Amino acid sequence: MSVLVILEQRGELKPCAFEAAWAAGRIARAAGMPLHAVYLGPALPGAEQLSGLGIAVVHAFEDASLAHYTSDAYVPLVTGLARELNATVLIGSASALGKELCASVAAQLDVELAQDVLELGWDAGLTARKPIYAGKVLADLRVSSVPAMASLRPNVVAVVRDESPVPEIVRHPVPASAPRIAVKEVTQAPPGTIELTEAKRVVSGGRGIMGPENWPVLKSLCDALGAALGASRAAVDAGWIHHSHQVGQTGKVVSPDLYVACGISGAIQHQAGMRPARIIVAINKDAQANIFNVCDYGIVGDLFEIVPLLTEEIRKVQS
Amino acid sequence: MKVAVLMKRVPDTASVFAVAADGKSVETGGLKYVMSPYDEHAVEEAIRLKEQAGAEVIVLSAGPPETKETLRSALAMGADAAMLVTGAENAGPRGLAKALAAALKRMAPDLVIAGKQAVDDDASQVPERVAELLGIPHASVITRFALSGSVATVDREIEGGSYTLEVPLPALFTTQKGINTPRYPTLPNIMKAKKKEITEVGVAELGLGAGDLAAGMAIESVSLPRQTRLKKIIEGEPAEKVRELVRVLRETEKIL
Ligand SMILES: Cc1cc2nc3c(=O)[nH]c(=O)nc-3n(C[C@H](O)[C@H](O)[C@H](O)COP(=O)(O)OP(=O)(O)OC[C@H]3O[C@@H](n4cnc5c(N)ncnc54)[C@H](O)[C@@H]3O)c2cc1C
Repeated sequence: MSVLVILEQRGELKPCAFEAAWAAGRIARAAGMPLHAVYLGPALPGAEQLSGLGIAVVHAFEDASLAHYTSDAYVPLVTGLARELNATVLIGSASALGKELCASVAAQLDVELAQDVLELGWDAGLTARKPIYAGKVLADLRVSSVPAMASLRPNVVAVVRDESPVPEIVRHPVPASAPRIAVKEVTQAPPGTIELTEAKRVVSGGRGIMGPENWPVLKSLCDALGAALGASRAAVDAGWIHHSHQVGQTGKVVSPDLYVACGISGAIQHQAGMRPARIIVAINKDAQANIFNVCDYGIVGDLFEIVPLLTEEIRKVQS
Repeated sequence: MKVAVLMKRVPDTASVFAVAADGKSVETGGLKYVMSPYDEHAVEEAIRLKEQAGAEVIVLSAGPPETKETLRSALAMGADAAMLVTGAENAGPRGLAKALAAALKRMAPDLVIAGKQAVDDDASQVPERVAELLGIPHASVITRFALSGSVATVDREIEGGSYTLEVPLPALFTTQKGINTPRYPTLPNIMKAKKKEITEVGVAELGLGAGDLAAGMAIESVSLPRQTRLKKIIEGEPAEKVRELVRVLRETEKIL
């Protein structure tokens, strides 16, 4: 009996790996079970980063062939380890790759999985809270299969470390395999780019930015805030920005502390993506825009006037 | 080439949701149902393959009888045939995937495409499970699909980037918005779709028993997210408004 957490890496351990480990640690304590972790990738970067999370053992599958995720290579290793450890609970991250991995492992183990959960709990079994209907409803679930599986949405828990030591590292051999899937190319955003779903601050632009030549206006604000750049579907559909920036029901769900919506009307499908934000600021020249009904602070005004003033004011208070 | 598309009938998420009397589900009375938006991208991609390479496109869904309407709209987009699996309505993602995989085994498609998630339970796992059950390679959230012989080249999204993958068929992919723009059915195609066949098959006929379909996950309660935004409009001259905004973000909200 144990709780097993999957640690996601992209060269470095990802923030969502620590978040999942922290959440799994709380389950392990409540259930009175040891917490094990599994790592797949090139050489495990710095095990000392994993102290304070209550992890007893890290099972490391270290091999250059595991640098990039493929279901072919990852699924059998995680499935095998979960069986070997007789895991009662298996927790992963609801990242793009993490969701695919968890779904595939759940199928191989023939168990249920609560995907993209916001909270995890233990009440004589695994409980989880997850958004349904594109975030318009919250469901409190009980997962009763053994193991019970869940994937935690990135950026929704605050990791608080305790005194627990650096975990023991157990290195497992990586069997040679003939993967069917070949990773031909990996395109990474330039270093320093903040990923929307992981960002603590997001600035988004909509049809109100009038054209792609005006993104620098918002990008300056992003730089001042250390924010990621988002967009409405109208801006994406107009071809002004890649759809990976889209926030909303058919885009990304973001959960920053601060969301600044510029020239966005506040359609229900856009709200689906910004709802988890702690504070929403809206800048729109139309006082009747719906965004003002779903924001915390609103400024009625021309974004081309307000946003540069805001950028300047933020720079001023920061220096 | 045979292409199967997995799809689901879901409530339009523009609907207003209310908690039902049992506290565990939502009121379904006033809801309008549509094809899950990501599935539209899956259907579109399959129909493009039909146009480019003469593929046969079969749409597949599990659900209540009304799902036929949704299958019919995929036929109107240009799919050739449809199959409805009945009797898996109370299964969880695990059982649902088994039912769909069993139906697909009969069809033996070269390619399976599905939306990345259905925006009702947002379970986000059924297609991947289906692929694992069928033992075929798969990749999720793809934004580009190209076929050369029997190898697919796809771009799949990751946070802050993408992977370009080569995957031999038969394989399964889930579609993300951005891969294409789904077409609207034309009137002649809507008429034609009325004559196309929708095969119904029950779970028992597919060889599934109660154990396969038993849900190991249950909703104990549902709630509506607390949505108490402050809705404070900051007044004044532009420069004053901005100063006041920065002040509240720093002093009241402690964000800056
Ligand atoms: C199935 C489905 C899924 C969808 N998914 C999404 C989704 O994921 N994300 C999404 O965003 N939308 C989505 N939509 C679309 C959504 O319904 C809206 O059409 C879209 O969000 C509108 O984008 P917008 O607010 O940028 O544009 P508009 O609604 O046109 O609003 C532009 C706003 O900019 C303001 N403005 C103009 N100029 C200025 C200026 N100089 N200064 C300040 N303000 C200015 C205007 O007052 C207006 O309020 C979806 C729709 C459907 C049907």
